[in-house]
Amino acid sequence: MSKSRVSRRQFLNYTLMGVGGFMASGMLMPMIRFAVDPVLEAGAAGDYIPTSQKVSELTEEPVRVDFTYDQVDGWYESEVTGTAWVYKEGNQIVALSPVCKHLGCTVNWASDKEHPHQFYCPCHGGRYEKNGKNVPGTPPTGPLDEFDVKEQDGLLYLGAAKPNTLV
Amino acid sequence: MLNRIYDWVDERLDITPIWRDIADHEVPEHVNPAHHFSAFIYCFGGLTFFVTVIQILSGMFLTMYYTPDIENAWKSVYYLQNEVAFGEIVRGMHHWGASLVIVMMFLHTLRVFFTGSYKKPRELNWIVGVLIFVVMLGLGFTGYLLPWDMKALFATKVGIEIAASVPFIGEWIKVLLAGDSVILGAQTLTRFFAIHVFFLPAALLALLAAHFIMIRRQGISGPL
Ligand code: HEM
Ligand code: FES
Repeated sequence: MSKSRVSRRQFLNYTLMGVGGFMASGMLMPMIRFAVDPVLEAGAAGDYIPTSQKVSELTEEPVRVDFTYDQVDGWYESEVTGTAWVYKEGNQIVALSPVCKHLGCTVNWASDKEHPHQFYCPCHGGRYEKNGKNVPGTPPTGPLDEFDVKEQDGLLYLGAAKPNTLV
Repeated sequence: MLNRIYDWVDERLDITPIWRDIADHEVPEHVNPAHHFSAFIYCFGGLTFFVTVIQILSGMFLTMYYTPDIENAWKSVYYLQNEVAFGEIVRGMHHWGASLVIVMMFLHTLRVFFTGSYKKPRELNWIVGVLIFVVMLGLGFTGYLLPWDMKALFATKVGIEIAASVPFIGEWIKVLLAGDSVILGAQTLTRFFAIHVFFLPAALLALLAAHFIMIRRQGISGPL
């Protein structure tokens, strides 16, 4: 016995803890994987969504374009409405996301009378220029996101929102 | 590392006597299966508790997806079982555990009965045990409605009709359970959900605490 470096007490400790740990993780592992599933799920790629906006009617003044699409939220499917602010810059169509880059409220074009040529966020007074660039000194820390756009049969189609490429 | 953290805390808070008092007891020979194999019947109480812990844990996780609403309950259960990773396992744990806990509890009750452990001075613990039994059956009954499929619906109709057959107050119990005097629907489901995940587990934990404190005070009953 004197030569053994693992005592009986230690041996029992290790085996009991090992078996106990194995059983506990066998129990907890499925539950934890179950709980973190949303984090590990692959995001869906965005398809182009048709809007009722005629491209020929767009001008240099941003207009609000609402569009609806099917959203699958777990077990719940619904039609949700999204919004974009769309205008023409020469021949290029620009569609900006209305989601404020400060804390996610919704911005409007020209709703602040003192700044009729800017986007305005009512939550904390964030402002953006027409191309989405955030006005320094207001809360937002980055420019408005931009939608992929395409024209089909004279109508505007919107794709996924991506970081602003105009600023 | 762990030892050092333990020592650091122990030096300040003297926690060793706390867990010693709870965990450090010799297992009497007549309840130790290593001495007499037939003593395994003394394990059923612990096994009941073990399955109860699994029920509580798996139930907490199921609640992350489960929706107590008649439009969505079935869909959310279908989704969590078929779309979420390990959903089948987690729901399976809760589903089979619900039956297993009753089996274990029943075997534990038989052991207590046939070893005469309910006799003085342990009468109160027998009474608490019976209350635990009732709460467990309540959990099984209320949980069974939650998947909101046909089996759940009709099992609950039958259960509520049985409750309604109680003399004098039956009708009153029925409305209290179903939340409506005729419909078994939206209000029944939300009630059963609340009872299943809040009221009965709280009662169960309180009763289990009383059960275990009494066992600590009185020790395990002696050999036959
Ligand atoms: C010892 C305690 C418990 C027992 C005996 C029990 C029993 C049951 C039963 C029989 C079902 C129906 C399962 C099926 O048909 O697949 C169920 C469902 C459910 N239980 Fe429990 N339960 C217990 C504790 C809990 C706790 C503590 C929670 C939450 C905190 C919980 C949450 C749920 C949920 C969300 C469902 C619906 C999901 C499903 O049906 O798979 N349960 N329970
Ligand atoms: S969320 Fe828009 S300014 Fe704060």
